[in-house]
Amino acid sequence: MKYVDEFRDSEKARILAAEIAALTARMAIPPRRPLHIMEVCGGHTHSIFRYGIEQMLPKEIELIHGPGCPVCVLPMGRVDDCISIAERPGVIFATFGDAMRVPGSRKTLLQAKAGGADVRMVYSPMDALTLARNNPARQVVFFGLGFETTMPSTALTILQAEAEGITNFFIFCNHITIVPTLRAILESPELQLDGFIGPGHVSMVIGTTPYDFIAADYAKPVVVAGFEPLDILQSIWMVLKQIAEGRVEIENQYARVVATNGNAAALAAVARVYELRDFFEWRGLGSIDHSGVKLRDSYAAYDAEKKFIVPNIKIEDPKACQCGEVLKGQIKPWQCGVFGTSCTPESPLGALMVSSEGACAAHYQYGGARQPVEMR
Amino acid sequence: MNVISPRRLGLVHVPNVTLAHGGGGRAMKDLIDDVFLSAFGNSAPLEDQARVTLAELARHGDRLAFTTDSFVVDPLFFPGGDIGKLAICGTVNDLAVGGATPLFLSCAAIIEEGTNIELLRRVARSMAETAAQAGVQIVTGDTKIVQRGACDKLFLTTSGIGVIRADFCSGVHLAEPGDIVLVNGVLGDHGAAILCARGDMNLESPIESDCAPLHGLIDALITAAPGIRCLRDATRGGVATVLNEIAEASSTAIEIDESATPLREEVKAFCEILGLDPLYLANEGKIVVIAPPEQAQTALAALRAHNLGTEAAIIGLVTNAPAGRVTMQTIFGGRRIVDMLVGEQLPRIC
Repeated sequence: MKYVDEFRDSEKARILAAEIAALTARMAIPPRRPLHIMEVCGGHTHSIFRYGIEQMLPKEIELIHGPGCPVCVLPMGRVDDCISIAERPGVIFATFGDAMRVPGSRKTLLQAKAGGADVRMVYSPMDALTLARNNPARQVVFFGLGFETTMPSTALTILQAEAEGITNFFIFCNHITIVPTLRAILESPELQLDGFIGPGHVSMVIGTTPYDFIAADYAKPVVVAGFEPLDILQSIWMVLKQIAEGRVEIENQYARVVATNGNAAALAAVARVYELRDFFEWRGLGSIDHSGVKLRDSYAAYDAEKKFIVPNIKIEDPKACQCGEVLKGQIKPWQCGVFGTSCTPESPLGALMVSSEGACAAHYQYGGARQPVEMR
Repeated sequence: MNVISPRRLGLVHVPNVTLAHGGGGRAMKDLIDDVFLSAFGNSAPLEDQARVTLAELARHGDRLAFTTDSFVVDPLFFPGGDIGKLAICGTVNDLAVGGATPLFLSCAAIIEEGTNIELLRRVARSMAETAAQAGVQIVTGDTKIVQRGACDKLFLTTSGIGVIRADFCSGVHLAEPGDIVLVNGVLGDHGAAILCARGDMNLESPIESDCAPLHGLIDALITAAPGIRCLRDATRGGVATVLNEIAEASSTAIEIDESATPLREEVKAFCEILGLDPLYLANEGKIVVIAPPEQAQTALAALRAHNLGTEAAIIGLVTNAPAGRVTMQTIFGGRRIVDMLVGEQLPRIC
């Protein structure tokens, strides 16, 4: 397939893997302290497992699967709030499919649907707006979820609803923002990271300049990467090369999509509709200041949190669940006490097991239920 | 079955099914006559059971095969097929993969009040055409009408009886290290066609379901390569699920080669856009074949010689360890595990 196969060329991959191995050998990395490179984005995590990229890397390089799966970091209390909105008579609750199975404290949206709540799976917030247009007597609530990647499409949908004068459309806003989260990870004392594979889709919106502080303040290299396997392999090589040459820079491997200053129209829509929350709760990571957004007061008429009373109760993560440690790269998914036993994709305990972009689910699906077989 | 004097078949004169058509009286008889019996061309007197002479069965082999399957596909009509064709092919194929000659089918229909009669006639005609093509007779059936909302338009259940040829013995537990894994053509067409037909994605595509009765292909295959260890139709859960079941049951490992798996360009593109893995997409006309190495080329040639196997391919190899695990050499040169389907099944594809 044109423009896809080129980025999956096994011959180019072989050459690149050999380059990485040679560079690693020259760097003389001690085996007891391998290099830790975090891919921030869940899309990268999925590609890494799907194409078996870890098996192509020397033992001295370990990939740490970061927090960039918005479904995975959604706390139980917010899921409970979703369900309480969805179960109100007259409400149609529209959501992306992968949020349906995220466990709340008592049930999932899928279970709420089975119990009679009108929960609909949509592929875009515009589909939710269509539901509102076609069901004027109902209140349609869209579950706004995701980093800067999906933030603009939710914002534009609100602007469209405003332009059409649609009054039965609401957003339950759970959008989160990447930079404070990266800062929180970098501030974490247990963390030993040597570099980042930067998120591609988020950067398409925000550009690469917001990451400058990672190089300036924390002296870590960042390479913003595309999602095809060659993109990822090349980005790993670029991070390594920075480390080997003693450089600390923000580089852009995904220049065919990501502009340095991002997408001005998308950023304008985001700025118009949202403002930062004081703090937002993350599953596994706890509360992070300024890491979420809410609708501005001028768009309060579309805000489900203002329209409906939500319980807004903070629910502790299950005790046995070690998602936080996995997210921060302190342990591997299979080192968690409940991985593959009481926590499986069929019945997830922790958030990382829910979405196929979550490190644990990806590991379980493509790496097997136990520590992966040695396949080097 | 005896043919007694042909009776006049009743007709339905209203456009839609009502609860009266399920009441057991004249209206129900008219519905069964008009929709099902007229299509199936079955002129035997109606009894509560079909009667089959054992001698007739014994001509085909030495073991009886018996199977059942329900069909709730949404939408009822899709490119390449409809629920009626699917209901015949699904049960015929479940018999055929065991080495059985499919002979007799039952058909039970659960119909939602308000369903259009002409729609039912189209489904029944499609069932009749497919049954004729597959050489099976629909010999018994049942009809129930439920109130609006209690089912979605039409659900079908077919059960089937076939007879297994005496020279063939297969089972998922019989795969051995060294065996070769084959498929009879491009994968994932049915799953992709149904998802496109639903219209949720606003994608238009020329992808058609591969829904087809496979008994002829399988008969030719077994005749050419009688040592075949096992055959499975790769329906819900796709080829990945079938391979896992075989690896688990036979305590072997299976290695497949991504670059060798046949895929239509449109299905590839469809999967790229939606983030789906074609190995997990449903097929309704594709089988996974495990052949001993010395018969692999014969099996491949036999598949390719049949019009439902022209794009057949060898996709992998059975090895000995780790038992129960399926791995894939990715097109990128890495390796990964191909596990059982987890997470959301795409609902109502068959």
